[in-house]
Amino acid sequence: MIPWLPPALTDLLIEATWQTLLMTFGGAVVAIVIGLPLALLLHTTGPEGLSPNGWLNRPLGLLVNAVRSTPFIILMVAIVPFTRLVAGTSIGTTAALVPLSLAATAFIIRLFENALREVDRGVIEAARAMGATRTQIMARVLVPEALPGLIAAITVTLVGLVGYSAMAGAIGGGGLGDLGIRFGYQRFMPEVMATVVAILILFVQGLQSLGDWLVRRFSRR
Amino acid sequence: MSDPSPPAILLRNLAREFRGRGTPLRALDGVSLEVAPGEIFGIVGRSGAGKSTLLRCVNLLERPDSGTVSVLGQEMTRLDDAALRSARRGIGMVFQHFNLLSARTVAGNIAFPLEIAGVPRAEREARVAELLPLVGLEARRDAYPAQLSGGQKQRVGIARALASRPRILLCDEATSALDPETTGEILALLRSLRDRLDLTVLLITHEMAVVKAICDRVAVMEAGRVIEQGRVFDVFTRPRHPTTRRFVAEVIGHVVPPGTLAQLPPPNPGEERRLLQVLFAGPSSTRAVVSEASRRFGLDLNIVSGRIDAIGAEPYGLMALAAYGPPPIVAEATAWMRGLGLDVSDIAPEGPEHAP
Repeated sequence: MIPWLPPALTDLLIEATWQTLLMTFGGAVVAIVIGLPLALLLHTTGPEGLSPNGWLNRPLGLLVNAVRSTPFIILMVAIVPFTRLVAGTSIGTTAALVPLSLAATAFIIRLFENALREVDRGVIEAARAMGATRTQIMARVLVPEALPGLIAAITVTLVGLVGYSAMAGAIGGGGLGDLGIRFGYQRFMPEVMATVVAILILFVQGLQSLGDWLVRRFSRR
Repeated sequence: MSDPSPPAILLRNLAREFRGRGTPLRALDGVSLEVAPGEIFGIVGRSGAGKSTLLRCVNLLERPDSGTVSVLGQEMTRLDDAALRSARRGIGMVFQHFNLLSARTVAGNIAFPLEIAGVPRAEREARVAELLPLVGLEARRDAYPAQLSGGQKQRVGIARALASRPRILLCDEATSALDPETTGEILALLRSLRDRLDLTVLLITHEMAVVKAICDRVAVMEAGRVIEQGRVFDVFTRPRHPTTRRFVAEVIGHVVPPGTLAQLPPPNPGEERRLLQVLFAGPSSTRAVVSEASRRFGLDLNIVSGRIDAIGAEPYGLMALAAYGPPPIVAEATAWMRGLGLDVSDIAPEGPEHAP
């Protein structure tokens, strides 16, 4: 199918692309679902938040930083027991999703928190003056007002996940990065490496453009 | 004895201290105020005087360290969270920087407090349709705040504050971010809304002009205390506290520019030239005071400027006089004018030649 590659490699390439897509979007979905509530918690319990609570805020912030400061390749092997517990196995694409999701969650929490911090404090005060509950303020003020920033954070996380997923080969996760290393580098096939890199560039480019378009679409400032 | 109309807002002995780094700041130092139903009450003061903290104590956005807050007979400081939230729905609030939701349209912003209160959609839409013409924004229903002018944004803010039919409206420097013309429009709107909707308005401002334009009563704050309060006309025509005098002078004071002064004839030898401000208010306003004083004391009285203005429906006259004559006679004449109930004070001339 791809004229400059042997047919068997074309199949591998297609499989690897699917694996990368799965790891990137799978990791992002988990990161958003877990990260948004935690970012809201971190924001509201912060010193300037709706209900400051240092006993909740500081340990959570510390945990996020701990995950973020661990190099991904180390994180992957360090949490193998946890991975086995969650995914039932410690090798393969599904197993790679566990550390990817963890790293992406820690990453996106900070980005989400920054986006939430950009919301005008006056708007929150206005909502409080109307008798809004904390939950209403989060769901109807903080998140909608921060939406463009949250979308930008998701875009950055997706692009980061594409990079992280290249390391998933270390635990048999497959994906484009792994293919590039095994064939392009270890078997001296520069045409494979070039193809992998080209696909990754197109993929990241597409993600970024989509993200930017969505930010513009939801930005009303 | 039962009071026929209990105060709309009753603040008793409020104290609030902010502890940060350095010395603690006493934002409120024993403030008591009563706002009667249907009145527009202004609180004026420089920034940092504590007026913003005071306003926020009314709906308990800021909780006082001590003292009590009652709104429409309900003691706010005693309510639990849920009761406080429902009480807040009966108190509208308008902000200096509008504080609109940027992701919602004009209609969406006005409907927001109703959404918070769990009002069904059809009812919300009906209420928005009622409120838009009230603030003159029918045509901008689907615009986003970023597409509106400052005055339009504040109209949205006012409509939003009125959505849940509150009987109290708090205005936090509602016109301070607007140009003078728009300020006038917004103030006129607030006054007409008060008249039509039976609202009680408590507003804070640093501009005496705002107080003069719409308030019935005013309290002047300084360093966390109310230093003077009363009917706007009384406070403006007879300010007692020096700070109040300075505030009042911004709006109705006389400052004679040095250029004008240079054109006045100098006094004869042995005489003085004294610049006086005379304020006419009340019954003596119509008396021919100047000519009478001139005849009675044999003084030359030169009218430098004069105007008649009104606060609310009450007129007052303000005149700057240059009095020429021997100092004891001039003093006698001023005492006589004061005896008639006029407010006579020396004008501090501006300009280097009169600097002490």
